[in-house]
Amino acid sequence: MFVNRILCILLLIFNMFGCAPREETGKVTLTLWHWMTDREQAFSELAKRYEEKTGVKVNFELFAPSDAYTQKVRAAAQGTNLPDIFGILGEKRDFGSFIKAGHILDLTPYMEEGEGTWKNKFFAKALAVNEFSPENSYGVKPGIYGAPIDIMTIQMLYNKNLLKQLGLDPRKPPLTFQELLDIGKKVKEAKIQGLVSGWGELWMIDCLANNYAFNIMGKDKVLATIRGEVAYTDPDWIKVLTLFKQMQDSGILATGVVTMVNKTAEQLFANDKAVFAFNGSWCVNVYRGMNPNLDYAVMLPPQASDEHLMSIWGGAGSSFMVNARSKNKEEAVKFLEWLTDRDQQAYLAEATQNLPANKDCLGKISEVLAHFASGMDIATHPSVWGVSEFPVVIETWNKGIQAIIIKDKSPEQVAAETQKVKERELAKRKK
Amino acid sequence: MKTDIKSTLENYIFVLPAVVIFSVFYIIPFIAVFMLGFYEWDGILALKDAMFIGLANFKEIFFQDPSWWQAMWNATYITLIALTLQNIVAFLLAWACDREIRCKNFYRVVFFIPPVLSEMVVGMAWRFIINDVDGANLVNRMLISIGLPQLVHSWLSDPKTALTTVAVVHCWKGFGWGFLIFLAGLQTIPRELYEAARVDGANAWHSFKNITIPMMLPVIVLVAILTVLGTMQAFVLIIGLVGGELAGHTSVPVLRILASMRGSSRFGYACAQGISFGMVLVIISFIQYRFSKHTRQA
Repeated sequence: MFVNRILCILLLIFNMFGCAPREETGKVTLTLWHWMTDREQAFSELAKRYEEKTGVKVNFELFAPSDAYTQKVRAAAQGTNLPDIFGILGEKRDFGSFIKAGHILDLTPYMEEGEGTWKNKFFAKALAVNEFSPENSYGVKPGIYGAPIDIMTIQMLYNKNLLKQLGLDPRKPPLTFQELLDIGKKVKEAKIQGLVSGWGELWMIDCLANNYAFNIMGKDKVLATIRGEVAYTDPDWIKVLTLFKQMQDSGILATGVVTMVNKTAEQLFANDKAVFAFNGSWCVNVYRGMNPNLDYAVMLPPQASDEHLMSIWGGAGSSFMVNARSKNKEEAVKFLEWLTDRDQQAYLAEATQNLPANKDCLGKISEVLAHFASGMDIATHPSVWGVSEFPVVIETWNKGIQAIIIKDKSPEQVAAETQKVKERELAKRKK
Repeated sequence: MKTDIKSTLENYIFVLPAVVIFSVFYIIPFIAVFMLGFYEWDGILALKDAMFIGLANFKEIFFQDPSWWQAMWNATYITLIALTLQNIVAFLLAWACDREIRCKNFYRVVFFIPPVLSEMVVGMAWRFIINDVDGANLVNRMLISIGLPQLVHSWLSDPKTALTTVAVVHCWKGFGWGFLIFLAGLQTIPRELYEAARVDGANAWHSFKNITIPMMLPVIVLVAILTVLGTMQAFVLIIGLVGGELAGHTSVPVLRILASMRGSSRFGYACAQGISFGMVLVIISFIQYRFSKHTRQA
């Protein structure tokens, strides 16, 4: 009996102290959470270099896919056990909520130190995604809350060989929407796939629809619609929806595009099975992995109207934020400064084929990436508009476009349904 | 008396770990979800900053959210197909395997393969078989090769066929469970009953109708309840097959709950949807239970 008691006590002590954290040796270790599977190796290499340089160890912890990562970060925020550095996936409204909940450090003083040395390294549009202006509608204290590590633009790509196969000049991709529709007929006759994109995931539909909304009615009217001053039943919005109907009728859209995930779209384009793709600059790395011999180029979505300039989505691709509650926040900021410095950015761009956020590194990128980068001049993003559409309205709109493509609804029906949801949400907000 | 108290205390101590685990991982989260259903909360702000909105979320679900009811109808449609097609196939196969046939053990293993596969894997595999672009499109090719080109179709991207296609693949994936339970049930029926019936001149159909079906009724009800609960909550297979909701045509309640959580950051609303959906499932199960009790008594 006595022996049993002693054994129990020993077991208890062993359990208590066996689970205790190891005594700290004074060495700083930073933990960084991310979701970027394609950058894992490059990040490990950079962490090694940083440790050699400063003695600070950085643990890059990967949580993929992005959905799982998003849930992990939110759960950690609730438990106030976020890592020293992390990224946020989601809308600007969610970003604002993280700041308001005190999870994110305001980087403005660090960015503006020494006449803005750090801030001036970045493309203004990349920084804007992480910035809250004084008149922001999210109730967030104005400032810069994240450091972009790369930038992206979402554009159209075309397969040069397939364009040639269709009897077209691969140096002259379609410039107008009508030219694109005309290619649809040839695509149908040749029995190949036209435009592929991950429209089963909805947000990419929203992206192209927004491009054309800017082109047809201009930024001011788009933002006025989001503010509730213009209805979605406005003829200009119906014109935007009609473009998708025209694309479907012309045969330019790949079969089953509405159920296509982006990975499938990337496989089809990389394997010379589709003439056009609508994808982001991250695809360069993906295509290189799938088919290094793919002969393709980048183009803007063909203009549907001469009234306004075509606009594309772009800005910060991925950004990192510093945990405001971290005891290592100063070291975390220093690490981000180092990570966004020219040499590290150049290494990341070369290793991962992503566009660097540091504007001094653009000289070292490939031709296709340079085309993607050139789109930054006309890039925009919902994160920089200062106002956000209600998520349910966006969902109704995107699903409506899917319905138009599968010939389930007309553009007018979709516009009316979207407006109905918008009015419901506006009424709720008023209450 | 003292020994009684000691014994009772000891008993409580023994069950305490289970009670604690059950409370922490089931009861407390359930209460939390129930309470969150009455709040507007984005899942990021601290819970103390969540806004109490009373029954507004429930009101919206029941009266202002047609996409929720479309998802409920879609799930009901898949469930009805599963209850009939899936369970009839499972029952007939179990009945066949319960008889003295060749290679019956082989069939038992083969029929149980689909349920043990991951839903995502099944979804992707079937997508490869029936999809229009990315796969071998085996079904359409087969239809052409057997001289039925008029039936070639975009099975997953046509709103008229997408949900039925999902339901059929779901049945293929799920019939193995029913098969296994039915087989176990069939093996418990005393063989003497069949022998006695045969002596009395009953043919196979009479034996099936008057012995197998009545004896199997509790098992049939159990399989029906499990089918309803499993099918109403299916969603991974749909993601694997269709990639999402196909303009609402393949949306199901769990996908709507996920959309509220992830797409709209409306955790409170998602909790309210979860509660409403849970209540529907409880009511369905209760009705089935009462029905089976009534049938058994009759």
